[in-house]
Amino acid sequence: MALSLTNRKKVLEKKEYTFLESLYFPAIFGGMMITLKHLFKKKVTVQYPEEKKSFSKVFRGKHILKRDEQGRENCTACGLCAVACPAEAITITAAERKKGEEHLYKEEKYAAMYEINMLRCIFCGMCEEACPKDAIYLTEELTPANYDRKNFIYGKDKLVQPLGTSAHPKTYKPYVKDGKPYEYKTPVNK
Amino acid sequence: MEIMFTDKLILATIIFALSLGVAAYATWAERKLAAWFQDRIGPNRAGPFGLLQPIADGVKLFMKEEIIPADSDKFLFIVGPSLFMLTALMTSAVIPWSTPLNLGDGHLFQMQVADINIGILYVFAVVSIGVYGIMIGGWASNNKYSLLGALRASSQMISYELAMGLSIVAIIMMTGAGGMSIRNIVESQSGGLYGVEVLKGLDWNIFYQPLGFMIFIVCAFAECNRTPFDLPEAEAELGGGYHIEYSSMKLGLFLFAEYVNMFISSAVMASLYFGGYNFPGLSLLPEFWQSIAGVGVFMGKITFFIFVFMWVRWTVPRFRYDQLMTLGWKILLPLSILNIVLTGTVMLFFSK
Repeated sequence: MALSLTNRKKVLEKKEYTFLESLYFPAIFGGMMITLKHLFKKKVTVQYPEEKKSFSKVFRGKHILKRDEQGRENCTACGLCAVACPAEAITITAAERKKGEEHLYKEEKYAAMYEINMLRCIFCGMCEEACPKDAIYLTEELTPANYDRKNFIYGKDKLVQPLGTSAHPKTYKPYVKDGKPYEYKTPVNK
Repeated sequence: MEIMFTDKLILATIIFALSLGVAAYATWAERKLAAWFQDRIGPNRAGPFGLLQPIADGVKLFMKEEIIPADSDKFLFIVGPSLFMLTALMTSAVIPWSTPLNLGDGHLFQMQVADINIGILYVFAVVSIGVYGIMIGGWASNNKYSLLGALRASSQMISYELAMGLSIVAIIMMTGAGGMSIRNIVESQSGGLYGVEVLKGLDWNIFYQPLGFMIFIVCAFAECNRTPFDLPEAEAELGGGYHIEYSSMKLGLFLFAEYVNMFISSAVMASLYFGGYNFPGLSLLPEFWQSIAGVGVFMGKITFFIFVFMWVRWTVPRFRYDQLMTLGWKILLPLSILNIVLTGTVMLFFSK
């Protein structure tokens, strides 16, 4: 016997049909029974506009730059996400927090410009892993199609969590505190 | 005489409408069943369960632009689909739908448009003319693919007609005198199975002619150009087959006639082999309800056969052309002759 790596392969034997096989009818009848079984099986169709398929728990979609519970941006522009990014999709420009901006940025340094090129991004989630400040997360949102390549470079306008929302970092749904959705007030500059 | 004429007119109109209605809803059933066989849902947007889908399809076909190719033979181009549809509808004339309906005053409403004594021969003759519809349509299109499709269709239908006709001969032999009239064939199946009186109404030919029925059903699939013998419209090779140049309602007629053909051949199969309107317990009913129930049972049988047509379509892959010809000429034709000889021998020795 020839040497085989797994011994699992089967060599197809070409035999003459037996009389029963040459009638075709038993095989056709068997096939018809299989299709008949499918007639009563559960249908796999999802009625799209009315019914939407839920995402898997580990789905990774569009990024969000988190704010803390007082509405301040978490990001300190350390650049770890950009270093971790295998697709080199993230570009950051750091800036120093000025006096009177404490209600906007959590730490003394912040990202003046934070861009992710969604055409480069492979949604691996490495940025999320790398972030020491809990600032970047991948949500369950999709990045919609667009007519222009330049519109796929998402800046802070599209990435930062909108003010006034209290989104859960993963699901983008409101926090629940004591059975009620937890909302925080938009910070006012005093 | 006048009453008879109006009777026939009413019945012919009903059958005409019924054939078209069944054909329309067969398209819906086909799509629905196709979906179910493939674990899908199928059309469900137009009306409840998608029941308005055939109407939407029909309206769409009517509204489409009517294109007659510049190089085509315009007269024959129109004759083709018309002839195909005409022959498809004509066949229903000799099918007995039920026992005569007694309307009182000795007025018997015959549930058959024409009880001619060569009924089954008429069916075959008209079905054969249907080939001309395809041939003329395919040739007049002046397109090589449609011509190839038409050639395939005609050669296939002519080849399978032989075996089909010979498988019927055994039935005619069994029925005896007047055996070519479909009404006689159906009525001969009203007795008890194998002479057992309890099984009255089950004396169907399928129990005497299983081989003949197998040959007949295979040939019926080929005659209707249905899978596994749908080579005339093999999309992969011919891009649509004989109706490739057709558009709008002329295409609709071709597609529609196919479903009418399916309906009619189901009716023929039901009346030749499955006892037509006969069922156990038919004779226990009062005379009036006999004919009403007969129609219902007959329609049930037809529906079952239409289901089988669709079931097979979504199970069996298409035959190759040489396989098709081998099956027709080398297997089915000798088998049907063997069936005649066997039937004759059995009849001779057991004098059935």
